[in-house]
Amino acid sequence: MGPNLFTNYGEAVSAVLFCIGFTNLLLQTNLIKKIIGLNIMDSAIYLFLAEKGYIAGRVAPIVVNGVTSTEAYINPIPSGLVLTGIVVSVSVTALMLSLTIRLYTRYHTLNLDEISMQLKKEGK
Amino acid sequence: MNFICNFPFFSILLSLFSGTVCSVLPAKAAKAVNRVVIIAVGLMSAVLLLYLLSTGESFIYWMGHFPAPWGNEIRAGVLEAGMALFFCIIMYLSMAGGAHKLPGEVVESKHNLYYILVNLLLSSLLALVYTNDMFTAYVFVEINTISACGLIMIRQVGRTIEAAVRYMIMSLLGSGLLLFGLCIMYDLTGHLLMSNIKESVAQLIAAGEYQIPLIVSVALMCIGLCIKSALFPFHAWLPDAYGYSTVSSAAILSSLVSKGYIFLLIKIIYRVIGFDIFNSTRIIDVLFVFGLMGMIFGSLSAIKENDIRRMIAFSSVAQIGYIYMGFGMGTQAGMVASVFHILSHAATKSLLFIAAIGLTDVSGGSRKFIDLTGAAYRNKWAGVAFTAGSLSMVGIPLFSGFISKLLFAQAAVQVEGKMLASLIVLGISTVLNAIYFMKTVIRIYTTAGESPYSGVTFRDMKAYAVTLLFFILLNVALGVSSQPVVNMIEQGLAMFA
Repeated sequence: MGPNLFTNYGEAVSAVLFCIGFTNLLLQTNLIKKIIGLNIMDSAIYLFLAEKGYIAGRVAPIVVNGVTSTEAYINPIPSGLVLTGIVVSVSVTALMLSLTIRLYTRYHTLNLDEISMQLKKEGK
Repeated sequence: MNFICNFPFFSILLSLFSGTVCSVLPAKAAKAVNRVVIIAVGLMSAVLLLYLLSTGESFIYWMGHFPAPWGNEIRAGVLEAGMALFFCIIMYLSMAGGAHKLPGEVVESKHNLYYILVNLLLSSLLALVYTNDMFTAYVFVEINTISACGLIMIRQVGRTIEAAVRYMIMSLLGSGLLLFGLCIMYDLTGHLLMSNIKESVAQLIAAGEYQIPLIVSVALMCIGLCIKSALFPFHAWLPDAYGYSTVSSAAILSSLVSKGYIFLLIKIIYRVIGFDIFNSTRIIDVLFVFGLMGMIFGSLSAIKENDIRRMIAFSSVAQIGYIYMGFGMGTQAGMVASVFHILSHAATKSLLFIAAIGLTDVSGGSRKFIDLTGAAYRNKWAGVAFTAGSLSMVGIPLFSGFISKLLFAQAAVQVEGKMLASLIVLGISTVLNAIYFMKTVIRIYTTAGESPYSGVTFRDMKAYAVTLLFFILLNVALGVSSQPVVNMIEQGLAMFA
């Protein structure tokens, strides 16, 4: 376990970052901090994918010098997945931010617990 | 390849593109497009189902002429086609039943947005049902989440926006876990297509390699989908989201959206990990325990609730618990019971939401039980429909709920070690269900002197009453002729392997 952890330190870092993002998204009461947590969580997964897709000594699969051997290039699929994932996380971030703006203009606070309290007071 | 094999692809694209088209249409036309698309997709699924039943085997459809390990694939079997057909029926009835309330709930200028979201939701559900690729499944899970969130917040009051935020947060936690699990699985197996992953997983298990990462990956995917489908400890967002959104949204969210995720989990269990390998892990015990807890605590929260819509929402938590209990049994019979309960719960819960709105409308818009006294006399159709839905939820013979409880009990008897717990909790949960549903039925059939609210007649709400009638018929059909449906589910699950 020990040596493996050291060789795969990128993956270990991404797992730690994932946990940080996850707990932030779950436990922070401030909506903006929650969204930052979401972005950390998603980026951690992209780091994991990028780390897994990279093979030391090889280059991105774009043929420039006429080298067509597969040995020269890395696997392009993880990079493709990262791109797709980024698109998804951008759109959910935008949606969360727009919801946050709606709530802020209504209740003048970013604290989700306070908003819940105000809603209870309204009683509807 | 037969022309009918194109139908899954057509249904997904049709609903996706009609969403885009709806954005430039006026509200009325958008509504018509929405209805037509749901009917068209339903018809295509029905034809596909008949075709698959006649050939007796599933098929794989290449998305753009690349063979297995590279291309994206769609896969259709009896269960997938049946689910798609059923989702279309429920969605059509839910939209029809809530249509008369829409002008009061959503601003006029946003009506076509509503239909865009519904079409998008349909396409993502269909994609979740049909896809054979894990990453495509993840992308459509996110599309499903976004459109469901839109359906919650399209009614612009403080409660719904807060509910939408809470829904998004829980859903994003779930999809984060799902994505991480999926990436670990991709890393271990090198594949994204379900069939290829299954082969590699079997090889890994046989060789005894990477056992811990494999279990971690499966667990992450399971927890992610459990959070998204509101299994017991993760259900905090559910009552607000179902209780305050528009009627059609509540019916669609409770009966379809969570079921889409559960169906994806079934596919992962059968087609990615393999049923036997999944059952040899401890994960099923965890699902079993949380399912049982959900059955009891969901019902307890529903009993305490003083708001009819929130009560029905909490009842969903209990019903999701039933489904996960079936997964947790780890037998084919338990799985069949769970799939049947998906159908039965979808048919019943949307009926209850649609009927409840008829009752609250004739009680001055109030959802408090005190105001609902005698509401069934003021709106007879809604009263009958609510009673039928309640009886089905409690598990009275003739209705679909009875069959699912029977199937669960039969499945439980075959499982050693889990039999006693399942049967006891099934019994307790049925009693609890009876307490809060029968309490409501008695309440709406109590005459308490002169009521300040006026009633409605059949002529005021023809479309609504006909929708309710269809819902009741669907429920009774599932309850009376359950054997063909159960046979179909068994055949479909056999095709998964």
